Amino acid sequence: LVATGVGAKTYRRIRFILIQNRAGKTRLAKWYMQFDDDEKQKLIEEVHAVVTVRDAKHTNFVEFRNFKIIYRRYAGLYFCICVDVTDNNLAYLEGIHNFVEVLNEYFHNVCELDLVFNFYKVYTVVDEMFLAGEIRETSQTKVLKQLLMLQSLE
Amino acid sequence: MPAVSKGDGMRGLAVFISDIRNCKSKEAEIKRINKELANIRSKFKGDKALDGYSKKKYVCKLLFIFLLGHDIDFGHMEAVNLLSSNKYTEKQIGYLFISVLVNSNSELIRLINNAIKNDLSSRNPTFMCLALHCIANVGSREMAEAFAGEIPRILVAGDTMDSVKQSAALCLLRLYKASPDLVLMGEWTSRVVHLLNDQHMGVVTAAISLITCLSSKNPDEFKTCVSLAVSRLSRIVSSASTDLQDYTYYFVPAPWLSCKLLRLLQCYPPPEDGAVKGRLVECLETILNKAQEPPKSKKVQHSNAKNAILFEAISLIIHYDSEPNLLVRACNQLGQFLQHRETNLRYLALESMCTLASSEFSHEAVKTHIETVINALKTERDVSVRQRAADLLYAMCDRSNAKQIVAEMLSYLETADYSIREEMVLKVAILAEKYAVDYSWYVDTILNLIRIAGDYVSEEVWYRVIQIVINRDDVQGYAAKTVFEALQAPACHENMVKVGGYILGEFGNLIAGDPRSSPLVQFNLLHSKFHLCSVPTRALLLSAYIKFINLFPETKATIQEVLRSDSQIRNSDVELQQRAVEYLKLSSIASTDVLATVLEEMPPFPERESSILAKLKKKKGPGAVSVELEDGKERGELNGGGDRGGDAAIAASNASTPSPSADLLGLRSAAPVSGTAPSAGSLLVDVFSEAGPAASSAGVNDDGFLSSAPPSAASEDPAPPLPESDELLNKFVCKNNGVLFENQLLQIGIKSEYRQNLGRMYLFYGNKTSVQFVSFSTIVSCPGELQSQLNVQTKTVEPLVEGGAQVQQVINIECLTDFIDAPLLNIKFRYGGALQNISLKLPVTINKFFQPTEMAAADFFQRWKQLSQPQQEAQKIFKASHGMDTEVLKAKLLGLGTALLENVDPNPENYVCAGVIQTKAQQVGCLLRLEPNAQAQPGEQMYRLTLRSSKDTVSQRVCDLLAEQF
Repeated sequence: LVATGVGAKTYRRIRFILIQNRAGKTRLAKWYMQFDDDEKQKLIEEVHAVVTVRDAKHTNFVEFRNFKIIYRRYAGLYFCICVDVTDNNLAYLEGIHNFVEVLNEYFHNVCELDLVFNFYKVYTVVDEMFLAGEIRETSQTKVLKQLLMLQSLE
Repeated sequence: MPAVSKGDGMRGLAVFISDIRNCKSKEAEIKRINKELANIRSKFKGDKALDGYSKKKYVCKLLFIFLLGHDIDFGHMEAVNLLSSNKYTEKQIGYLFISVLVNSNSELIRLINNAIKNDLSSRNPTFMCLALHCIANVGSREMAEAFAGEIPRILVAGDTMDSVKQSAALCLLRLYKASPDLVLMGEWTSRVVHLLNDQHMGVVTAAISLITCLSSKNPDEFKTCVSLAVSRLSRIVSSASTDLQDYTYYFVPAPWLSCKLLRLLQCYPPPEDGAVKGRLVECLETILNKAQEPPKSKKVQHSNAKNAILFEAISLIIHYDSEPNLLVRACNQLGQFLQHRETNLRYLALESMCTLASSEFSHEAVKTHIETVINALKTERDVSVRQRAADLLYAMCDRSNAKQIVAEMLSYLETADYSIREEMVLKVAILAEKYAVDYSWYVDTILNLIRIAGDYVSEEVWYRVIQIVINRDDVQGYAAKTVFEALQAPACHENMVKVGGYILGEFGNLIAGDPRSSPLVQFNLLHSKFHLCSVPTRALLLSAYIKFINLFPETKATIQEVLRSDSQIRNSDVELQQRAVEYLKLSSIASTDVLATVLEEMPPFPERESSILAKLKKKKGPGAVSVELEDGKERGELNGGGDRGGDAAIAASNASTPSPSADLLGLRSAAPVSGTAPSAGSLLVDVFSEAGPAASSAGVNDDGFLSSAPPSAASEDPAPPLPESDELLNKFVCKNNGVLFENQLLQIGIKSEYRQNLGRMYLFYGNKTSVQFVSFSTIVSCPGELQSQLNVQTKTVEPLVEGGAQVQQVINIECLTDFIDAPLLNIKFRYGGALQNISLKLPVTINKFFQPTEMAAADFFQRWKQLSQPQQEAQKIFKASHGMDTEVLKAKLLGLGTALLENVDPNPENYVCAGVIQTKAQQVGCLLRLEPNAQAQPGEQMYRLTLRSSKDTVSQRVCDLLAEQF
């Protein structure tokens, strides 16, 4: 993985966000680093391999190359965020949940198909909440208000 | 809230997606996609102008096809057209397409940047955000050039909408990371820092990421953020759980912002201002207190959010490492988590405690949890949790609990997961060595290690136990007895046989008095393992046997018979056969005295760092092994760790005399050099293939840099050589291997060998960080005249160097004629976006091409007189900068490459040497005389160095080089 970030230990960011189903189909891939397409595919497969073998008794964190994956499973979908090893696990774990609650509200009981058919809207939701590998907005009310406003635009 | 229905807005897209989902096979899917691509292509090419809606729909379909994993080679222009639409949905699809399929097609970039520019100045917050998100997602240099000046203005302008500020802050962060040189904060600094006071929590949340990044790079310029961050944090921490409304998450006020504030403070030392510090300590105490309060909700989200803040606060407390009270409280809190029912919390508590263990204030408090941690090691279901438990045991280990911890780790090893065994073995080995009070315990531990997890015991570990046994005579007898007993086991690990063979070969005599371990019993025991072992182990055993002949003459007949047997003396393996033949011969013709000299006990190893430690660090990456290991021990061995240990094995086959050059039996072929030996032939070919034309090419700049640099040369000019590069060069005049250069990021090791007028140098570039180096490139150039004197060829290196990895580069050198300057090595790479540009001198000096020449005194003086013209002689008289130790001087003169002639100079204090410098053009005979006045007071000691050769430039150069060595 190319870490183009600042080397200081205090500065961290998200490397990528993946949503995959149990079969390994990618439902969202958002990259915050430059990878070529082959590398992306490799990462997607590796993440799927390390995450799907874990069960509920395991932690929601798993070491991944020089980084770590914070993930949470919702029904058949795995939401994974790749961050630096010293970053705050629980903050990102709840960051995932916050994101999922927004999707759930926005799509009204979100299911996997919503993400498939509205893939271009999911990107908008992500950009509202995470930008440049950082958490941009955490208030569900604010994000949803903005999304509804955008929804009303032609 | 109204729900979004499936694919509303673009029916054609929804139909297409359904079609794809209904495809029964990959082939059907590809067919459907190709049909769609043909359709879209014809629409785009058609005469009829497409309306915005259709364009959006088709571009969106193309994007979907791309996301399925298919290549898309058209549609970019249509996407760019969408950017200038007035409709949000069309613009959004256009930007999304651009963000996902970034294309550095320069014409398009100009159009894209133009559209972005229009949107940024549109004063429409929705469009501005779309444009900013596009910049943040692409983050290319072209975009930084176009917008790095504009975005700070948007960020701090009074009339900018909050949501635009949020996007602008993070957009700027992205540009700063990609092109720090283009983002100049200067005049904006103070206003950006004051965003920490913004009323809108979302703006603070976004801006703080930017401020943290900028602070970690320029802490001084941003240090006013500390007091602002503390007061912001204080307001959040002291607010009631509902005060912050939108920013309260499961009854926890602004958890993410709190974490970010605590993280920002970790860029700085504790605040100097007493009031600020007091306020911060109060915050940290409140956070610790809240952890003890009953939860306001049973939901895991509540406790996770609360604990996210707690762990970040503990990180800050550990970062300060100055508040004993807080450190101990943190430790107690984590101690409670160690037994929590949530696996996540147990994991994080173990991890966090690892760093607490290294603080002098909390080390003792951490130690009180030893039983819980041992229990975790035994009972946790998730291997990563057990791993953390093992890490913590390692971190909390000190002299007081080492025996308990090592015992627990050993017993855990019996059932440990394969994935962590090797690391566990290294840890046990390190702890055992570090905290050994009596070395018999150390020996027991390592032998247990081999017994329990022999497959995971790397060479470093068993080399190390041998080094320690050899250096400590109080443990040698015990070691011999213990290995002897361990070898009694019917099935013992090959590593045990190696250690056993080595130790009994050296110290078997110490237990030979006991009839139960008489010499013959020892020999038979070792030999009973022989046939099950691999070739290297058998080779080691053969060396042990010849040592036995020396130690115990009574075993001679038996061992000779073994050596003489067909399975040895006619062994198909050349190495084994050679040893058998030579050892047999040695034992039959050498006198007892000679044998005793050749097979003398191994001399003590110089005390040096444990190569095991280096290996562990390499495995874990820097930072992960956070124990209080001295920094000095971090330096890994470049040339494949434990090379001294490797020497040990070689020395074993050499049967060891103290002199480094006494390769009596010619067995050094087992050594690492063997890899390079067969290449001598190809080296010649390589060098000669291009020797001619390169030598005559001119085109030299005044400053000596070649203008004929390789075509791939980066745009940045090579940096001038480091000021210390001459000094570095001097270090290598008398040696061929070692570390040429080291800074915080990079270590460069060198191995080189020379034959006649040819040389081959191996450069090892080691990435000391955990982060990849990109665009890594090296250029070797011959400045000025050197171009016609040396022919230097290299292969390019891979442009990526992974964190912790090492890449090798081979340089072939041909000396055409004598020379003075050294070739330049320029290294460039990007680390964290910043270009690193380092120039060094390659330690290629004329003396490397010396062939030693032995000659008698008469010959020497005859030649000396023949070279009596004034210009043939160079002389220097200089003060000794080091002591005048005879052995050191001799080693240096041998390292120079000449033959050191004994009994030539009438004055035994003086040294004379002779050699021939081999260049392609000619051979230059060279004589040297070094006269020390050893009797003088220290500080007054001087040398007179005289060089005579058939070429004046050579005399002068060798004299100059050598004068720097004493």
